[in-house]
Amino acid sequence: MTGRDILAVAAGSLRGFRLRSGLTMLAMAIGVAAVVVLTGLGEGARRYVREEFASLGTNLVIVIPGRSETAGGGLSLLVGATPRDLTVADAGALTRSAAVRRVAPISVGSALASARGLEREAVVLGTNSELLDIRHWKLAQGKFLAAGDMDRASPVCVLGAKIRRELFGSEPAIGQWLRVGDRRFRVTGILKSEGRSIGVDVEDLVIIPVASAQALFNTPALLRILVEVKHRESIPHVKDFIRETIRERHQGEEDITVITQDAVLATFDRIFRALTFTVAGIAAISLAVAGILVMNVMLISVSQRTAEIGLLKALGAAPRTILSLFLTEATVLSLLGAGLGVAAGELTSWLLASLYPVLPTQPPAWAIAAGMGVALVTGISFGILPARRAARLDAVQALARR
Amino acid sequence: MIRLEEVNRIFQVGDQEVHALAAVNLGIAAGEYVSVMGPSGSGKSTLLNILGLLDHPTSGRYLLEGEDVTGLTDVQQAAVRRHKIGFVFQFFHLIARMTAAENIELPLMLEGIAPSQRKTRVARMLDAVGLADRARHKPEQLSGGQRQRVAIARATILEPDILLTDEPTGNLDRRSGHEIVEVLEALNSRGITLVMVTHDPELGARARRTLRMVDGRITADQTRDPAG
Repeated sequence: MTGRDILAVAAGSLRGFRLRSGLTMLAMAIGVAAVVVLTGLGEGARRYVREEFASLGTNLVIVIPGRSETAGGGLSLLVGATPRDLTVADAGALTRSAAVRRVAPISVGSALASARGLEREAVVLGTNSELLDIRHWKLAQGKFLAAGDMDRASPVCVLGAKIRRELFGSEPAIGQWLRVGDRRFRVTGILKSEGRSIGVDVEDLVIIPVASAQALFNTPALLRILVEVKHRESIPHVKDFIRETIRERHQGEEDITVITQDAVLATFDRIFRALTFTVAGIAAISLAVAGILVMNVMLISVSQRTAEIGLLKALGAAPRTILSLFLTEATVLSLLGAGLGVAAGELTSWLLASLYPVLPTQPPAWAIAAGMGVALVTGISFGILPARRAARLDAVQALARR
Repeated sequence: MIRLEEVNRIFQVGDQEVHALAAVNLGIAAGEYVSVMGPSGSGKSTLLNILGLLDHPTSGRYLLEGEDVTGLTDVQQAAVRRHKIGFVFQFFHLIARMTAAENIELPLMLEGIAPSQRKTRVARMLDAVGLADRARHKPEQLSGGQRQRVAIARATILEPDILLTDEPTGNLDRRSGHEIVEVLEALNSRGITLVMVTHDPELGARARRTLRMVDGRITADQTRDPAG
């Protein structure tokens, strides 16, 4: 019997038991669709995070005071040495590299902000004009901090949307005075951007020149320095430059940690990938269940078609031919079910992506291949037992069944 | 053509051994028309199953065209069945979801014959059994006699040397039964060896040779004089 004939006979018998075949395919389809949709969601979440990071600038290098490595128990521990502070002068030194596009010092603290008799605690961020572009923030009104000398403590501030709303209400805020701690700042701009950045709520920020922040908090120390590199390829070079420059400025001590967005992103990437694999694995359990259903249906099929198997033997079908017939049925069932599942999974993913465009749900090719593959392997493996049972049936006893 | 030597077939039923065939010796020449008669449980069907290689003797030898087929593997026996033996059963054993033509086509498929050739041969065979206009009918749409014709067409499409029939008219009315016997006898007159198991004395008497079985033994082997 040729492969084509085996396929035709197997397809014919599946058509002959439509409801049973349909329900088995449905079970297989649900399993595959679950794998496709869940991995699509996991992948979507991963891409969402990746894109969010990309929007913050993938050319970003962050300089943090202190070494993140575990230091040896040397003399420095005994004398209680602390890392040197990062200063505005350090930030200024980092602008000297041609590979660096922008540098923004970051100083963060909290202080009471008050205006028009209203008062609230606010997060105060000291920086320079470059931060707006580095963070890809947008202004709703007015202008950001002016470019210029980082040491100049101008009495100006830019407000986040929420703090503006809470302190000024419906009144215009631009040009008004805001008291922060014991100092006064004139509001020059309002941020449009939302969400969180550098661990703080952008809508809750009061942004002032870095020198003003240092005076306000009475410390020259910066929380970190953000460095935007001109080209991604020069990131390693710039990291070396930063370490070298700061070491020179800190009397030969390398007391900073230089991290890149890539490193943070890679960590998130790993977490989300692991999460995707986990949900795909859980969904794959349903495929195993579908495989058992295939076996069950095929066993019923063998017992219902015993006389037919006996007849095939009487007509001269070899055991291998009968095995192939039943195994092909299981394969066709699994393949059609898996195909249906991929189509349903793709459709659901498309619907989710249309309904929630923020989350780019798109099943990866590997998930589709894995879903199909696992469906086929389980379907065929669970089809072997019934097929062998059919092939081994005693012809005389089989023919006696009507 | 067919030779059984001291063939025994013993079934184990619980603690008991049942001798379905007991030291059967039998020779059937090519082209013979043999009926096998006897009461239920006498071993008629077991004999037919062993002749058709659907069952194995517990002991003894079965020579088919001089070749000992007793020790053949399952695959080899399947090939012998395909090429040399046709079966016609009391309950037709047609596959319900297939049309008359598809049922007849099955042995050709098993033999690996190309689809184009299959169509021609099936059409010719349907014509030969008078069912050319029933090719696309499913078994449920056919009468008992028509179903048995389809079964005969299926059994003979690969032109076997031997046709083994087990109560071929047992499930048919008298008229259809008569028609079926005529079809089988026509095949025999063209050279096919016909072995027919039957309860019906009238049918059994039509064969030139009649074997009578009791308790697994052939108790009588009568050949009718063609003249008489």
